[in-house]
Amino acid sequence: MLTTHAASGVFSVTWLIIAIPLASAAVLILGGRRTDRWGHLLGVAAPLASFVLGLVEFATLVGKPEVERSIDNHVFGWTIVEGFHADIGLQVDALSISFVLLITGVGSLIHIYSIGYMAHDPKRRLFFGYFNLFVAAMLLLVLGDNYLALYIGWEGVGLASYLLIGFWSYKPSAATAAKKAFVVNRVGDFGLSVAIMVMFATFGTFSFTGVFSAVHGADPATLNAIGLLLLLGACGKSAQVPLQSWLLDAMEGPTPVSALIHAATMVTAGVYLVARSAPIFDLAPTAQLAVTVVGAVTLLFGAIIGCAKDDIKKALAASTMSQIGYMILAVGLGPAGYAFGIAHLLTHGFFKAGLFLGAGSVMHATKDEVDMRRFGGLAKPMPLTFATFGLAYLAIIGFPGLSGWFTKDAIIDAAYHKGGTSGFVLGSAALIGAGITAFYMSRVVFMTFLGRPRWEADVHPHESPKVMTWPMILLAVGSIGAGYVLMLGGRFANFLAPVVGHSEEPSVQPASTAGLVTLAAMVVGVGIAALMYLRRPVPAVAPAGSFATVAARRDLYGDAFNESVFMRPGQYLTRLLVFFDNRVVDGAVNGIAAFFGGFSGRLRYVQTGFVRSYALSMLGGVAILVAALLMVRG
Amino acid sequence: MSPMFYLYLSAVLFTLGAVGVLLRRNAIVVFMCIELMLNAANLALVTFSRINGNLDGQIIAFFVMVVAAAEVVVGLAVIVAVFRTRRSASVDDVNLLKY
Repeated sequence: MLTTHAASGVFSVTWLIIAIPLASAAVLILGGRRTDRWGHLLGVAAPLASFVLGLVEFATLVGKPEVERSIDNHVFGWTIVEGFHADIGLQVDALSISFVLLITGVGSLIHIYSIGYMAHDPKRRLFFGYFNLFVAAMLLLVLGDNYLALYIGWEGVGLASYLLIGFWSYKPSAATAAKKAFVVNRVGDFGLSVAIMVMFATFGTFSFTGVFSAVHGADPATLNAIGLLLLLGACGKSAQVPLQSWLLDAMEGPTPVSALIHAATMVTAGVYLVARSAPIFDLAPTAQLAVTVVGAVTLLFGAIIGCAKDDIKKALAASTMSQIGYMILAVGLGPAGYAFGIAHLLTHGFFKAGLFLGAGSVMHATKDEVDMRRFGGLAKPMPLTFATFGLAYLAIIGFPGLSGWFTKDAIIDAAYHKGGTSGFVLGSAALIGAGITAFYMSRVVFMTFLGRPRWEADVHPHESPKVMTWPMILLAVGSIGAGYVLMLGGRFANFLAPVVGHSEEPSVQPASTAGLVTLAAMVVGVGIAALMYLRRPVPAVAPAGSFATVAARRDLYGDAFNESVFMRPGQYLTRLLVFFDNRVVDGAVNGIAAFFGGFSGRLRYVQTGFVRSYALSMLGGVAILVAALLMVRG
Repeated sequence: MSPMFYLYLSAVLFTLGAVGVLLRRNAIVVFMCIELMLNAANLALVTFSRINGNLDGQIIAFFVMVVAAAEVVVGLAVIVAVFRTRRSASVDDVNLLKY
């Protein structure tokens, strides 16, 4: 399981997968205005080239026998000193190549869509530069063969997300949101960096093979500590409770950015981290339980927030939080869930990108309106957007036969199969989450596309140009087909097995009891949404709502909690420190200076200008010296 | 005659000089008192040379004389210059360089 093979053939140029978008990003960011005319074309070509290279590698990898499907590619020695060796190497295996295809595939579609969406933005070229940087950093994150390379990619993703969320930085809200995302991510990054330090202190290496072959026989307490710290890192990047607060504000960025962050890059990094660290988590039951709890709490948290948001992008963002919760829950279940978590991640990549691009298309048509209370009846002027959005919607709520049905049901089933009280609680949470997902996603679709038109008089909705609709169509196709490709016959689970381990559970049948109950929950959710938002007219101004609605509108008081627990005490602490610095430290320094200033001011008056007084002091001094000399010698 | 008497004389001369420097205001007199102290020191040096039976003290006395001659040249020039500008040879009048 842990053996890797030296790279040869197409695998020896794996570094190009990262280097192409990185070079393109450098050209676009440093090239300035002279690249404006063709910058977007270069920006689209780079991830497409990486995608083609990834496809070739994937095909070659599948053609190899199972035991040889982990190829290590040493790129260069980064830091080599006595007793410390940090190499940058790339590892191509089932897990990383799946992510490469998702990142470059879905990422390329979002790039193409952005040509149309950002057509009128004067900084479109720069936008594509940041996009390519984002993709390159994410590719390094998933391809690195050690935790240090992963960490570089991890930080690169954080930087790129900061640049893109704050892309319209002339808006104070966007600048603040970017800062917030960056700061919250730092908390998670802290966890990851400490985890890597503990690993190095314990095992003396960063490399996946080195660490994973040393975990057997390691102290369980150390492994649990590493696992919990890795979980903290995953929480930050994947917007899991308690580090979820940045994700909803991140909607301030342009819509393709949201699609890229939520579908192909960034938030999937936490799931990847946990899945990649499978050998550690398998031996750290406490950390693993914490992972599942975080996943279950977040999937309900996100779902509840999603029910109350009137902003279409924020509703979708809450749904991302919830869906990532499913994935985290799945990868926390151990070998039984890794494949399902990653599979859900891949199918989610298709339908969530489709949903966001659809939302962007709607905004494009309605003068950047995001309030769903001002949409309604958009299905007629925008049939293509409605069709693709609708298919992605059916996929996310788990409509039978679409991709979400395969992967989400598998996760719920796997959670119930965990057994014991925890299995029942986790499974039920996932089940309830599925019902709520059906409700709030139906709410989004009903309020946006169905019902009576509620848009302003000067808005004339129209279908988006082809460059935007084609990516949406391809993503809709993926939303339908990905489930069959990945899940039928346990194909994906077998493909991933060399990396994350075999599942002892029999492959999950969609028609199991849990599957039927999930289906019932979905129907109930859609039904309630239909009663509330199809039968009754949607008021143009949000009603006051119950206590629960108000709480959900305010992100379940996540920001209020952070402000009262961390921000205010932090401010008080800094104020105290400033006071201490001003009064005590500065006081001591200034006091000493004032003392010597005053003392020497007095001492100055000894200099009278009278020669005879100087002569007297000289005589006195000499007399004292002589007396002292005599006493010492005597 | 015991050499100690020369030392007593030297001490008396030095004290006279020191008291004169401290008490007199006239720069010329102060100057003469300094010369008196130097010569008292010379006398002591020569006496010690005699007591110890070597020439070290006498040689140093010559150095002192050279220094005293140089001092007289500079000092008298300063006193004359001060007298020309301030019309006074009192050391208490020359007190501008102070706090």
